[in-house]
Amino acid sequence: MTKYVDQGKNDTRSGYGAGMTELGRTNPNVVALCADLVGSLKIQTFIDENPERFFQVGIAEANMMGIAAGLTIGGKIPFTGTFANFSTGRVYDQIRQSIAYSGKNVKICASHAGITLGEDGATHQILEDIGLMKMLPGMVVINPCDYNQTKAATIAIADYDGPVYLRFGRPKVANFTPVDQKFEIGKALMLNEGTDVTIVATGHLVWEALTACENLEAQGISAEVINIHTIKPLDSEAVLKSVKKTGCIVTAEEHNYLGGLGESIAGMLATRYPTPQEFVATQDTFGESGTPAQLMEKYGLNNKAIEKAVLKVMTRK
Amino acid sequence: MPNIKELQDNVIQTRRDILRMVHKVNSGHPGGSLGCTEFFVALYHEIMELNEGFDMDGINEDLFFLSNGHISPVFYSVLARKGYFPVDELNTFRLIDSRLQGHPTTHEGLPGVRIASGSLGQGMSVAIGAAQAKKLNGDAKLIYSLHGDGELQEGQNWEAIMYASGKKVDNLIATIDLNGKQIDGATDDVLPMGNLKAKFEAFDWDVLEIKEGNNLEAVIKGMQEAKSRTGKGKPVCVLLYTEMGNGIDFMMHTHAWHGKAPNDEQLENALSQNAETLGDY
Repeated sequence: MTKYVDQGKNDTRSGYGAGMTELGRTNPNVVALCADLVGSLKIQTFIDENPERFFQVGIAEANMMGIAAGLTIGGKIPFTGTFANFSTGRVYDQIRQSIAYSGKNVKICASHAGITLGEDGATHQILEDIGLMKMLPGMVVINPCDYNQTKAATIAIADYDGPVYLRFGRPKVANFTPVDQKFEIGKALMLNEGTDVTIVATGHLVWEALTACENLEAQGISAEVINIHTIKPLDSEAVLKSVKKTGCIVTAEEHNYLGGLGESIAGMLATRYPTPQEFVATQDTFGESGTPAQLMEKYGLNNKAIEKAVLKVMTRK
Repeated sequence: MPNIKELQDNVIQTRRDILRMVHKVNSGHPGGSLGCTEFFVALYHEIMELNEGFDMDGINEDLFFLSNGHISPVFYSVLARKGYFPVDELNTFRLIDSRLQGHPTTHEGLPGVRIASGSLGQGMSVAIGAAQAKKLNGDAKLIYSLHGDGELQEGQNWEAIMYASGKKVDNLIATIDLNGKQIDGATDDVLPMGNLKAKFEAFDWDVLEIKEGNNLEAVIKGMQEAKSRTGKGKPVCVLLYTEMGNGIDFMMHTHAWHGKAPNDEQLENALSQNAETLGDY
């Protein structure tokens, strides 16, 4: 299979911070907002270099979303920053009315998404955010897989005119995408061509999918691995092309199976090319405290879970 | 000096527009709309400095945000008669395929509207953002906003009120429509909010009161005073005392007309109290 090298573990939120640093230097319309989580969102360099373009709103996320909507009136491109739970569930109606329905060019940037937030536990580990955001008409939903891709996505969404939800995480994970890879919204990336099964993964699960692919190869199974960083709009053609070749699919994400990437793909395949599918996702449950690795293991979100799902789905062809 | 007769003609015509709009579709919110008619006419014809035509970014002009979006009838009438869109379009209020949705929205591209509102409590945050964008752009024009008194029960307002003074957003004039009523009854019965002047002052806003919120001259004088207090380090709050249903005797002194349209007979009675001035649409 195609070899991917970890260039050194790093957190995707630092990719966001690096992207913001670059935007601060290249796009004078970009402004940043934060609800008392500057350190967690890694945007101190942006703030130091552009103090007049940073808005610290305090612990008041609803107000932050409204202010962001207002800042677009006058040509600013606001990037809001807080944890994923407080970026979505806490402020759903503010996003719905003042941003999505109003068609405002706000970038909702959400760190600490999913179960890998770890020890803080279920109050902070949102596993429903992709579903909440993808249901809003006109909202773009992006979940990059590593530091380099998060940085590239952050920079790319500034050039897109419309509301975007950008989801990333807390832990240091493998950084393996090319440093100069251009980020195209809505364009899936083929990571490994295979013939027996399609594995479509998003976010932290992409590296797990590559690990699973390697282990499967040793068992004589040829897996095709696709990185879907944009959940909405979905690159349906890339998925269809792959399943027409392999005849079965496993979807993998750090999210509830209800409302996530897997559900989007299942809905698309049901109407266009019905295909056996297995979901690697949380099973309609809240998380709990623990280390990211322990939680990924317990909730069935690692490479072993993907391998198991592959073996199962292949029997259903 | 403002031509009070001409402005009063606008007020009466807008009252007629409001009544006819809600009557036609047997829905909508006439009470609060009628209570704020003098305020809207004063704001758009006398107070705000506006550019020709409509541009979403509103650079170098004053901007207005309506937070309590259910009083869309008065907003639509005043926008139309100010020339933002054809007055005849008021005929389409709340009808299918209309740009005049039940609550105001940017979604259908109606000129004059810069944010959707209806779900309450969100407008002050948006107004603050627009005010801060003006400061970043070196634009000295002002942001005006309107909020219901009952609407202040929504917690997001208090996040915004705290922020606006804390961050010295002094190019913002937020007006509270103090009619003392909401859907379920008197505000004091539903959820007493105590002394709003003291509350805003405790949050370090500059507060002024317009006791006669349905007296055009008093509204103009009060809003000019509010304008003179901007740029001094504090956001400005105007407490506008109004009468819900103002100008129609049977709609005043009750909360019954918050969200109810008049029937044929009631419409005729109401219109007879406000003879046509600028011409019905």
